[in-house]
Amino acid sequence: MRESTIMKIHYGTALAAVALVAVHILMRLTQGFAESLEYESVLANYKFIPYAIMLELILILLSVHGFNGLRVILLELKQGRLYEKAVSYGCLAAMIALIAYGSRTIIMTNMGMV
Amino acid sequence: MTQASGIANEQTSTPLSSSKSITLRISRYNPEHDDSSKFMEFSVPYERWTTVLEAILEVKKHFDHSVAVRYSCRQATCGSCGMIINGKPRLACFTKISELNSNVVTVEPMNNFPIIRDLAVKFERLFDTHQKIKPYLIRDDTELTSDEKEFLQSPEEVEQYIQFANCIKCGLCNSACPTMATDSSFVGPQALAQAYRYVADSRDKGKDSRLKIIDDSHGIWRCHFAGSCSQVCPKGVDPAMGIQLLRGYLLGFRS
Ligand code: HEM
Ligand code: SF4
Ligand code: FES
Repeated sequence: MRESTIMKIHYGTALAAVALVAVHILMRLTQGFAESLEYESVLANYKFIPYAIMLELILILLSVHGFNGLRVILLELKQGRLYEKAVSYGCLAAMIALIAYGSRTIIMTNMGMV
Repeated sequence: MTQASGIANEQTSTPLSSSKSITLRISRYNPEHDDSSKFMEFSVPYERWTTVLEAILEVKKHFDHSVAVRYSCRQATCGSCGMIINGKPRLACFTKISELNSNVVTVEPMNNFPIIRDLAVKFERLFDTHQKIKPYLIRDDTELTSDEKEFLQSPEEVEQYIQFANCIKCGLCNSACPTMATDSSFVGPQALAQAYRYVADSRDKGKDSRLKIIDDSHGIWRCHFAGSCSQVCPKGVDPAMGIQLLRGYLLGFRS
């Protein structure tokens, strides 16, 4: 992929995350902040589909943004053909793994499997 | 021939008669047999107009001729004499001792350049990256037809790039750039500013090929807006602005 395409995604995910994280914080503030992380309320949140979709989107946006950022940092830290290949594919794999694990939690809870 | 010898009787250095003097600390390092650099100190007289380069040449003339320094024009035009003066990348010929407001003047070789010896550094990387962005007008019609003698530009078209055409390839911007310090493949602010200089030139048709060259994993996107390049440029080039304007093309804000 072209670097400019990657960076458009990087800036785009950052902007979208600002919007969605703002909604996320507003939800928490209006739905009783202190109880946010209580077991029942976490389960309820994941079962409320529109909110679960938004959490999933934040997970994807920030995983893409964060691991691409990590890739950038590592590319600037050290250079070399093999190293750079490992960094690029490693970050992509880690990104997919994190999204998969997070999605698994959201989907399983949503479907009442826990 | 007494007349001729009279004419040739030229004053070749500042006289050692000034009442004011500073301590000039020169970083000495020969990679062939030194493990690390060390400073040598010299007391050098100066006048209000004495430049750091003149002070270094004074040391070479009177105290230690082995100090390695690169210079040529002595008038901020050739781009040879860049060095770190009291911690900041500057041209030695364009920096007066009196403007530094310090009794101690420390000179070191530029950062992010391999040292040849003392204050002289290797310019290969700068020349390579400069060449890489195709620093010349690219056109299909390489030959001028007989009734066309020149490519006319309006003053507004010249305004688009003229500031960036002032670059003297001194490398001070690359020396100040934090990305240059860690990314050995980074194209650097000097070359990026020159990429903009040609892309913004109405006579040039090489925009697409240049944008492709800088749109690389060690290209323009590795600039993180530190802006130190523009702070140190002695010619007012403002590479950081050139980089942001170039980004405009790549992000679709300009065409
Ligand atoms: C939602 C708010 C956020 C915004 C607006 C934002 C914006 C940005 C921007 C514009 C850059 C590019 C900087 C540059 O090229 O110099 C960047 C880089 C980066 N971001 Fe974010 N970001 C946000 C959240 C995050 C989060 C939550 C993470 C961690 C998961 C993260 C990780 C990174 C990393 C590792 C870099 C690379 C470092 C760098 O390039 O300087 N960001 N971010
Ligand atoms: S942009 Fe300025 S600092 Fe950089 S090489 Fe050109 S003249 Fe020197
Ligand atoms: S000697 Fe030419 S720029 Fe300083």
